[in-house]
Formats: sequence, C-alpha cells, structure tokens
Amino acid sequence: MSKQGLVVNDFCITFSTVNGSGSATANTTLMRALFKMGIPVSSKNIFPSNIQGLPTWYTLRLSKDGYMGRVEQDDIIVAMNPATLHKEVQYLAPGGVFLLPDDFNFENPREDLIIYRMPVKKLVKDAEVPPSLRDYISNMVYVGVLCFLLGIDLDLIHQALDFQFKGRQKPIDQNYQVVEAAYLWSKQNLVKKDPYAAEKMHGTDDCIMTDGNTAGALGSIFGGVQFTGWYPITPATSLAESLIEYLPKYRVDPETGKDTYAVVQSEDELAAIGMAIGAGWGGLRSMTSTSGPGLSLMSEYIGLAYYAEVPVVIWDVQRVGPSTGMPTRTAQGDLTQANFISHGDKNMIILIPGSIQECFEFGWRAFDIAERLQTPVIVLSDLDFGMNMWTSKKFEYPDQPMDRGKVLWEGDMEEFLAKHGGEWGRYRDVDGDGIPWRTLPGNTHPKSGYFARGTSHNEDTGYTEDPEKWEIIFNRIANKFETGKQYLPKAIADESQKAALGIIASGSADPAVQEARDLLIKQGIKTDYLRIRSLPFDTEVEDFLKKHEQLVVLDINRDGQLNQLLTMTYPAYAAKTTSLAHLDGLPLNAKWVETQILSLKEVK
Amino acid sequence: MTTPLPNPAIQTVNKAGLSKGDYKGLPSTLCQGCGHNGVAAQIVAACYEMNLVPEKVVKFSGIGCSSKSPTYFLGRSFSFNGLHGRMPSLALGGMFADHTLKAIGVSGDGDTASIGLGQFKHMVRRNLPMVYIVENNGVYGLTKGQFSATAERGLQLKKQGTNPYLPVDIAMEALISNATFVARSFAGDPRQVKELLKAAIAHNGIAVLDIISPCVTFHNHENSFHSYSFGKEHEEPLHEISYVPPKEDITVEDFEEGTTREVVMHDGSQVVLKKLEKEYDPRDRWQALHMLEDAHSHDWLVTGLIYVDPEVPSMFDIYNIPETPLNRTPNEKLRPSREALDEVNRLMF
Repeated sequence: MSKQGLVVNDFCITFSTVNGSGSATANTTLMRALFKMGIPVSSKNIFPSNIQGLPTWYTLRLSKDGYMGRVEQDDIIVAMNPATLHKEVQYLAPGGVFLLPDDFNFENPREDLIIYRMPVKKLVKDAEVPPSLRDYISNMVYVGVLCFLLGIDLDLIHQALDFQFKGRQKPIDQNYQVVEAAYLWSKQNLVKKDPYAAEKMHGTDDCIMTDGNTAGALGSIFGGVQFTGWYPITPATSLAESLIEYLPKYRVDPETGKDTYAVVQSEDELAAIGMAIGAGWGGLRSMTSTSGPGLSLMSEYIGLAYYAEVPVVIWDVQRVGPSTGMPTRTAQGDLTQANFISHGDKNMIILIPGSIQECFEFGWRAFDIAERLQTPVIVLSDLDFGMNMWTSKKFEYPDQPMDRGKVLWEGDMEEFLAKHGGEWGRYRDVDGDGIPWRTLPGNTHPKSGYFARGTSHNEDTGYTEDPEKWEIIFNRIANKFETGKQYLPKAIADESQKAALGIIASGSADPAVQEARDLLIKQGIKTDYLRIRSLPFDTEVEDFLKKHEQLVVLDINRDGQLNQLLTMTYPAYAAKTTSLAHLDGLPLNAKWVETQILSLKEVK
Repeated sequence: MTTPLPNPAIQTVNKAGLSKGDYKGLPSTLCQGCGHNGVAAQIVAACYEMNLVPEKVVKFSGIGCSSKSPTYFLGRSFSFNGLHGRMPSLALGGMFADHTLKAIGVSGDGDTASIGLGQFKHMVRRNLPMVYIVENNGVYGLTKGQFSATAERGLQLKKQGTNPYLPVDIAMEALISNATFVARSFAGDPRQVKELLKAAIAHNGIAVLDIISPCVTFHNHENSFHSYSFGKEHEEPLHEISYVPPKEDITVEDFEEGTTREVVMHDGSQVVLKKLEKEYDPRDRWQALHMLEDAHSHDWLVTGLIYVDPEVPSMFDIYNIPETPLNRTPNEKLRPSREALDEVNRLMF
C-alpha cells in the first residue's frame, strides 16, 4: 500500500461469467481503458471448450512494474455466475473485494472480505435496450461500478467502446448508457471501503495491446506470406482468421488490384500441410497454423518436406495434450513432438517466441529461415500467447530484407551453368554449406525441371537404390542444419547477476521467470537466465550450461521436455540440471517458480 | 525462354518446335504389358499433339505403381511425387505458385479411392484445374496383390481370397462431388485415351479420367472387370470422341450430321462426340449417373466422356490472383511499407 493506504496499479481482477454471455466486450473495454491510462495490463481468459453456458474466468492484472505473468490469487472478483460463487470466494486474497448482483443468494463465508452488491437487473431494465440484448449488456454494469471504485475516467470507456464497435453509434450508446448509469448509481450508493485504485502512469508508452495470434499473422504478412492452407482448431484458429482479416488491407497490389496472396481453408490438417508444402515447393512463402492434434496429422507430410527440402512454416499454437486434451488450456507440450516429428532420421527447426513482439518477429523471420535452408520451420506458440490480450512493445519493422534463399530463375540458371561446367543438380552441394540451389515450377529453362520425391534420390533427384548415393544426401542435409544454425535466433542470456544458479526456459514461461527472478533477488538469491528461442541448440546454450554450477530448466508440460532435449544434446551437464515442470493447463506463475527454486536443496 | 534442347535426331516437330522425344521420360520400370505404360505413351502423344511446352506442364502423383509413372513421360517438366492419397493438396498448393501451368496428376485406385478419397473429393469440389488420371486396376500392385476399393465383389486374389465388398465407382464419386469433367476409358484403347486426354487438357477445371488399366501381374483374371480380356469384350464406348483444337475449322463432313454432338471447351477448342447408338448428352449430370447405374447392372464397361460442363469457374477464377504467376511476384510487393506497420501499431488497442 502506498502512503494514502491505497494499492495503486498493482492488483488483479477476475470476472467470473458464463461463456456466451457477452462478457468479452465488457472485459476488453475495461482492459483498453486501463491501457489508455498508461497502466501495464494483461489478461488471462480461462474458458471452456464450449459455446454457451459454462463458467468462464477472465483475469485482468494491473502491474505498475510491467509483470505480465499469471498470479495465483485475485484481489477483486466480479461474480456474475451464480453457480460458482462459493468457489470463487475461496480464490480471493485476504481482504479482497467481492462484487456480485444484488439478487444473488450468497452467504459470505469469510469475514475479511469487502462485498459490494450491484443492482444489475434494475439498471439493465432501466436501460433502453431490446430485451434480447439485456443479458449481454448486463456485464456493462460491473464496468460502471469498477470505474467508480477504481477511479477510471468514463471518457476512456467511451473511447474503448468506440474502438470495439468501430465507431458504430448504436452499440456504443447502448453499452455506454449502462456503464454511465452504473457509475452514477455507485457514486450515490456505494461507500468505497477497499484500497484498490487505478491511477494514470506512463507504463504503456510505445506499447500496443494485442494477442500472439494476431501478432503472428501480422508478422507473417510483413514477412510476405503468399499462401496459407489451414484448418480450424482451437487455439490456432484466430491466427488464420487474422490473416484473412489483415491480408486484404495490406497485400493487394495497388497497380493491378490483385491479391499477392491466397488463403485456402482445407478439408483437414493433412490437406492444409499438403497445400502449404505444394506452395512452398512452388516458390511461395507458405504457411499453415494448427495446434497439437493437427500437428500430429501433419507429421507424414512434414517428413516429406524435410526430405524433399521444401520450405514451409508451421505455426503450432499449443494446447494441452495428449489426444484431444484440453483445447482451451495452455501448455508447452508439443516440443518433443515437434523436434522428432515424422519417421526416420531428420532435423527440425523450431522457433519459440517469448513475447508478443517476438510472435510478430518470428512471423516474418520464419520465412527467411525456411527459404534459406529449404526446410520446414515449426513456430511453437501457445494458447497463453495466442489467445490472451497482452500489453506489448510495438511491432518493429523487419531489420533485414527478405531472404529468398538459393533460387535460380531462367537467367540465373544460364549464369549458374556457365560457372559450373554446364551442370546443375537440385541436390548438389556446390557451395559446401549443405544448401543446394533450387528451381521453381514455371521456370522455362529446359534444364530447370526436376522430379521432387520422398523416395530415396540421388543428387540429381533420380530415384536410386544405391546406398552410397542415399548416404550422400542424408549427410549433406545434416550438414545443412549445422551451417544453418547461423540463421536462427540465438538464445538470450541474462548473466547480469553473475549467479551460480542458471534458469533455462522458453516461450510463455518467460513472464513468470522474469518476475520470479525479481522475487528471488529480493531474498538475496541470484539467478542467471537463458531464454531458448530456437532449436537446434547452438553454442551459446552450451556455454550457459558449462558456466553455471547449478541449472534449472522450466517447462509448462509434465515431463520437462525442454530439459529432455537439453540433456540429450548435452549429456555432460545433465547431472547438474534439475527439471522444474508443471502442467495444470494454466500459464506459469512467478510464485510457483519462486517456491520451486527456493525448495531446491542447494539454494539457500 | 522456351528453347528446346538440341536434338540431332529431330525429324518432325510440332507447333511448339518440339519433337516427340522432347516429351518422353525415363524408360518404364513397371511390369511389361502394364496398362500404365500405355497411358504414359498417350500422355506423351496428347501433349505433343497439343503443342504443350514441357516446362509449362507440372506433374503430380501420390504413391503406388501408377504414381511412379510420371517418371516415364515429360522428363523436362517439374514433378512432385508426394504422399499416398494426398497428392491433390500438394497439387493445389503447387499450382497456386504458377496457375498458368497445365497440371497432370496421376493416381491409382488405392491412392484415390481408398486412402485418398477425401482429398480426391475435395479437389473435385474446388474445381482445381488439373487433369486427374486414375490408373485403375482394382489391386495394390506395389505391395503385391491386395484388394483395392475399386475391386468388384466376388473377385478372387491369390493371397486375399474373395473380396466381400462392393466397389467404389470413381466416375460416380467424381460426379456426385460436382466434377466438371468426368471420363472413363480403357488402357487397351489408346486412341480413345488420347482423345480424352486432349479434351481433359483443354478443360478449365478438374478433369477426372478413370482409366481401367489391367495389372498383368496380380490381377488379370479373364472374368475380372479390370482385366484385358474383360475390357476388350465388355467395353461399350458411349461415342467415338475427337478433340479439335481451338481455331481449327471443324470439317463437318467428318461427322455425319445428326449423330454428332459438339462440346465447346473454355479455350475455344471442341470435343466432337460421334454417337454410337443411344442419345447421350454429356452435359446432363443426372443422365450420366443414370447411365453409370445402368452400366453396373449390365456389367458394361462404358467408356467415353461421361460428363462435362466447361462453363463452371475454376478454383483460380474464384481467387483474385494476378495473371502473372504468384511465384514471380517481386519482393517489394510482398512486404508492406513502414507506414503500413505504423498503422498496424495504431490499430493494436
């Protein structure tokens, strides 16, 4: 608490509603208003795999320090779902605030709580909205009450509604009048007893508010995506839908009025990846987006793309597996699946964004890597990034021109032939880096055509049953992945605390790790931190392992998959490594990380 | 840049300046007498006669004996031998890269009617402009003689015993998925195969050719639907078919008035059908289905152009893609400007 006894810009509000009740508008409206106040704010939407009628929780975290991770306890709960009142009341921090409609039957089991009852039915009845919209608009009541309690300017709510409804006056007015009425009612009837307050600050300068699927789609658009084959699956659907939303805005050729892209919704994931690989083979910047079950289905095709050396980008927005698992809960459970995907020996490039900004960056970078190395690139995002709204640094314009890799068109082929004794072979390693030169369908040079195949082939693409010729290809491809490491995003090490203990994590574990390190250093426990951003691992990862006396590897999955891959790649350091793996379908939280690290024997 | 490879042995060339040798592939490694080899030979002949430039053709196939055959024709064309049953999706993506190419897909009955039935029907539904050939022998050859989904009930195979199931009729599956060109032929009837191929190549949309192609090694019993002897005895052509390229006058004298039917293809070429007996209109889908059902009950192998609608927009007509192939789009048209990103950042709220 600050001097005035207030808790300012550092608390958590959870909205408990029934899904399909239209609470998303109310929640994001509040989030936008807080963002406009300059308060770093993030949201976690815990929702069922269902369209209407099951409990949904939406948590807003205000953090003046900019922490974006999930927190375990709520400071304020807005309980709009009568079925879950008694469960929610348990989640409140000591002295927490409980808001609920005045007609709910509720006996408070805790003496420490501050209860506000809201006349939801009355205020909605007074509003001039058609009866069919009353349920939707009832959520606006708590927006108005919270504006009064926390001190949020109603004008900001109006701006947020204006954005939400893209300037359409009628829904703006209908929603706003309820907010305003609830605010006025609160002013006249409520006595503020709680310490929570929102105050303007400058924590969101140069920031945007968005989710990782939108970021990934926009990054892909700025990376020049030309073809997308996709099939709907939670939580990846909104990535493809964002492509469909934004491509017409930014990728229609002004000269011809024609699209520079195509998006095809396929009949299943087998076809989605097949289309994407066909287009990648044809020379288009090509992608698909899916989640675990879809990635499983794509497995065979990804092996073909690896072996026929076809560039393609696959976004896996991870949810909890195995099998159908929990479609609406988050995990990092597809890491080993992605790494070992498809049968036979092979290498797979995996990019793991660790922020919303990186979802954008890896969106464009993935194409450069895929085309440079002529191979599939799997981008592992997850539901926490993909579907939750974050305060993020602005997207940055790509700092490199597009790298289309080694492609020969007609004129290039003439030059190539002149330089190489009149010969070209699709899989010949002329440059010694393991990366051959490729031609694209439509190339009319009579020497450009070739026969791509998943069967064993020689350097000139001919089918072969000669083991020596196979081996040349197998080993050359392995070399491609060695030399190719230079094109991958390096792991980022923070060794500023010069600690003996090193934490290794990736992806959406990052916010919790960052916060946990701050919690630990306050207790005198120093930590260094390595955030993995791509696989295969490169030297900076081994350096970090070598340097630290004790290592913990954090995973949002059951088996510690990142740890598995690290210890497999670098067995020499396995003995000093502890796996901290946690899977409950929720984003990782700093408190858990802190507790786990404190409980390690050697750390004291 | 369509310079043909110098070939000292050239005697005759077509209008593209190419000899038949320019359309050949590698020697076949399929069994001697395999129906698939005959189909490959007719693809060569049709492409030669249609003056196609090999580099402007792209080949796709799945897995199986049939899917190996793109090696044996058009050796200069780009080709992708993909996965079992999943060629249609690969072809769709590949063709978006350059939609000006002619696509020829070769599949088999296992590849199309068993593992690939889903992709087959969705390709048909999208009217992807490609010639889709099913070399249909009712048997899995590469794995040495198992029943396929097109094998007729009661068929006996050495290791498998008797087939207890009714067959999938590929032409009928194509029709009910709204195919815009459906034909059936018999590998032992090279002239008809060639004329149908030419019409299929001219078609702006999906052209499904179900070609009964006997497997000489695992499935050539005299009594079987997919055998040479059965085909020869039971083939019942719907009509004689001639393909007439665009801008060539049709000499009406060649076809007796009243017994021919002409179908004008999208590119101005025509398919002329000479009636054998029945009044059959290949633009009537209901009649086509009825005819196939009738043929089943009589054990006829009806061949010819079963159905065509040249007016339906192809998949590429539906998309707003440029005339220039997408894979020739310069980079500067692919990455939006810095100002565009500023606008995007302003929208993210």
